[in-house]
Amino acid sequence: MKKRIFALTMAAVMTVGLLSGCGGGTTQETKTPDNSSGTSAAIKIGGAGPLTGGAAIYGNAAARGAQIAADEINAANPDGLQIDLRYEDDAHDAEKSVNAYNTLKGWGMQVFLGSVTSTPGVATSVEANNDHMFYLTPSASSTDVLGGVANPLTGTVDIQRKDNVFQMCFVDPNQGSASAQYIYDQNLGSSIAVIYKNDDVYSTGVYNSFDAKAKELGLNVVSVTTFTTDTQTDFSVQLGDAKNAGADLVFLPMYYDAAALIFTQANAMGYAPKWFGIDGMDGILGVVGFDTSLAEGVMLLTPFNADAEDEATKNFVKTYQDKYGEVPNQFAADAYDCVYAIYNALTEAGVTADMSAGDICDKMVAQFTAMTFDGLTGEGMTWDASGAVTKSPKGMVIQDGAYVGMD
Amino acid sequence: MVTFLTRLINGISLGSVYAIIALGYTMVYGIAKMLNFAHGDVIMVGAYVCFFAVANFALPPLAGVALAMLVCTVLGMVIERLAYKPLRQAPSLAVLITAIGVSYFLQNGAQLLWGSNNKMFPSFLSGDALSLLNGDLRVSLVTVVNVVVCVVIMLALTWFTSRTKMGKAMRACSEDKGAAQLMGINVDTTISMTFAIGSALAAVAGVLYMSSYPILVPTTGSMPGIKAFTAAVFGGIGSIPGAFLGGLLLGVIEIFAGGYISTQLQNAIVFAVLIVVLLVKPSGLLGKQIREKV
Amino acid sequence: MNKLKSMSPATRTNFLTYAAVILTFAILQPLSAAGKISPTLQGQLVPVCAYVVMALSLNLTVGVLGELSLGHAGFMSVGAFSGAVCASALQNVIPASGLRLGVSMVVGALLAGIVGTIISVPVLRLNGDYLAIVTLAFGQIIKSIVENLYVGVDAKGLHFSFLQPTMRLGEGGRMILNGPMGIPNISKISTFLAGFILIMVTLAVIFNLVNSRSGRAIMALRDNRIAAESVGINVIKYKMMAFVISAALAGAAGALFSLGQNTIVASKFDFNMSILILVYVVLGGQGKMWGSILAASFLTILPETAAMRDLKDYRMLAYAIVLILVMLATNSPALKGFFARFFRRKEDKTEKGGAQ
Repeated sequence: MKKRIFALTMAAVMTVGLLSGCGGGTTQETKTPDNSSGTSAAIKIGGAGPLTGGAAIYGNAAARGAQIAADEINAANPDGLQIDLRYEDDAHDAEKSVNAYNTLKGWGMQVFLGSVTSTPGVATSVEANNDHMFYLTPSASSTDVLGGVANPLTGTVDIQRKDNVFQMCFVDPNQGSASAQYIYDQNLGSSIAVIYKNDDVYSTGVYNSFDAKAKELGLNVVSVTTFTTDTQTDFSVQLGDAKNAGADLVFLPMYYDAAALIFTQANAMGYAPKWFGIDGMDGILGVVGFDTSLAEGVMLLTPFNADAEDEATKNFVKTYQDKYGEVPNQFAADAYDCVYAIYNALTEAGVTADMSAGDICDKMVAQFTAMTFDGLTGEGMTWDASGAVTKSPKGMVIQDGAYVGMD
Repeated sequence: MVTFLTRLINGISLGSVYAIIALGYTMVYGIAKMLNFAHGDVIMVGAYVCFFAVANFALPPLAGVALAMLVCTVLGMVIERLAYKPLRQAPSLAVLITAIGVSYFLQNGAQLLWGSNNKMFPSFLSGDALSLLNGDLRVSLVTVVNVVVCVVIMLALTWFTSRTKMGKAMRACSEDKGAAQLMGINVDTTISMTFAIGSALAAVAGVLYMSSYPILVPTTGSMPGIKAFTAAVFGGIGSIPGAFLGGLLLGVIEIFAGGYISTQLQNAIVFAVLIVVLLVKPSGLLGKQIREKV
Repeated sequence: MNKLKSMSPATRTNFLTYAAVILTFAILQPLSAAGKISPTLQGQLVPVCAYVVMALSLNLTVGVLGELSLGHAGFMSVGAFSGAVCASALQNVIPASGLRLGVSMVVGALLAGIVGTIISVPVLRLNGDYLAIVTLAFGQIIKSIVENLYVGVDAKGLHFSFLQPTMRLGEGGRMILNGPMGIPNISKISTFLAGFILIMVTLAVIFNLVNSRSGRAIMALRDNRIAAESVGINVIKYKMMAFVISAALAGAAGALFSLGQNTIVASKFDFNMSILILVYVVLGGQGKMWGSILAASFLTILPETAAMRDLKDYRMLAYAIVLILVMLATNSPALKGFFARFFRRKEDKTEKGGAQ
């Protein structure tokens, strides 16, 4: 009996202690920005992405790309505005992404580098909008992140435009319709099959707009099949369906990990159609041990090409490889561009490190809709009030294990 | 007809992978009477070890498999000693949660050690073993190897548990630990041995799984872990032929569900069939009907 | 205090559990209102309440009924989506957000209860691990169904379609649930107060059930089914009662959770979520409600604390180690014996001290 009372009292004390301890400990933290931002000349930029779990590859790439940009900027401007970059883990989960965002807010974040993936992006963009915190996401490409885009089914705008949110990547519908348009214009396939990832916001978003555009253009889509995270191993059904339907071009709106499996299995079953991918396909050549001959002839629309010959890309790829031993993918490049775009905007708008997040946001929104930015993922990028970026996707084809531009 | 046969072969191909994992699973499950949710992650570790042995140290594939088996055996025994043995008298749910902790530990440890980037597993076994009907019907070498290895492991395990002293000790432990101890069986050694064998099988399963579906990431093991658990229950808990049968059927049902009904509902249909089967046969296909006594 | 002593141990534990929850709320609510707690904790108040209710409801199945369920997230999912759809559809009908939240939670609980009833028919015919795998299977099936469900609303009411969004919505219609994309625009109406009330209601339901005739029947089933059956306890009826109540409470928790989020997707409520809730229950102790409350709060807040965040890459590894160590410390006979000796010695000392 005594023990039980003891245990219960302990329980109560611990709960209160834990909660208030937490609260107490972090209350101080909420105060720190007021003290520190006044004295130091570093602006606090935060980012959230999946650093652990199944989507860790994307989050880590973005965090590393952003870190390289921040280090370069800090080294190049010892007397100017410095960047204090911090990435937090959201495990590709909307709930945890809000926790990550709140942690960054407690740290004193002034500009938010957004979420790396779409579902968390939808959640954090709402929070950032409520807080009036400037938000530029490298790769959360769903239109729901930006808001203000009509639902293709109903024509109504379900989510109001979040005026502080901007994207560095193509928005999903643009990719889908651009792909359909490209296939139509270039007359790439007479019978088209689509395989997409049904439980993924990115993949489904691209497919929906591809589907709408394909119907409009009269493309002959003969097979549409799906897979989910739980069934992302065996593609024999999907490939068999496409093959039996006589598809000569297969559209793969998905990330490259699933695509690599599809190429391997198609090869094993002796099916060799033309493959057409989107920006998520970029990175397939960087998979350690991947037999690049399997991806021979794969076409994709991507803004970034790690094999590009320009100086900026070469430097970035080299730094990334030296530091992390891997070839950077488009997530890294997008995040790298994000940091530079934010930095350019910050300096041009005359932002100083002691400004509040709200004031910075006002200046940044005005600056972003007015400026032009050249980065790794495109030249002459501009943003309008919708938050979507305007840059031209590069049509690429894989030949002899390398990207070659196709026009 | 060709479509049907192709799907059947694809189903067996997928099912044989599930079966191999389920064999290791059912071994531990049947004897230690615990749901070892970390089994899938031991598979992942085995796959990584083999990957690095072959890709980085240029060992021949068979040596890579042997090394993976060695590492996994040691890993399995260490896990058992540190995390499960202290809980031998604890309620089974406590062990289950510890296994989940071990699973998280292995996944996150793997990510820290080897990075989150995809690795493409080298293909040891490419090409077709059989090509029928002018090449319309192909049976890949991987499938044949999977099925053969599966049958060999199944027979070996059946022989081991019914003929050898250690195997009999294992069965005795699975029936009644207390009585087994009274008969002079060292229960700790026996269970440790079970984990050693189960983990070695996990390494083999990891390599074969990767030969069929060669994308390797730290979370590779979690999905096959759940599927193997399902297969083991499907066939009847603790039954070695049951795990084999359960795995094969699970694969065939999955492919047929996707092919004939809907790829969107593939997983739902697999689990619906499982429920129906368990309602008809409440202890799995080949499981023992145990009469409860007061 | 004398009154407290004269209570039966069970009543006293229940009483103290209520008191601890009220006390915690009474401390946190003003702090939260005054903005004195960190943004992270502020954002977690509602989810923590939802997880606590989830753990309590699962404890009813696992601890009181004694059956292992690996698909509890499925009921949460049903409650989360039906609650969020309901709140969205009623946006203009019930302007008061508190009432709308209440109605949505009731709808979530009802639907989850109905699904629980349907599922309980096959599930409760099985035993042990076979029962566990069937709950796992149902969890997966619910996830797949929700993932392919589309819900829209227009002047005529709700429209549903499955697999493809084929419905035609009238003028001013809008989509609420977009299949795999989930619900992207939830207006947050859950509050800490609502979470607190739901916890109290859940505790009241569970304590009253456990202390009732039905509750004793359920526990008799857990302890020895055959003996219970032989004295005339209706096995199916009482098992079903516990299972369905557990499902309905999980549904209410799901509605509370989803209405405290900006967006939810079906894949959130997967096998891992079921396991997470199970971890709370086992860590807190089967059948111990205060343990579930404590474990759920502790394990939800722990990975988000500044100390854990500072571990960076090692955060989730540290979490795994903490989990294993806690399980070992609370369940290993060797360690338990050590702690028991430690405390006994202390008690002995104090008693001796008292005698002198």
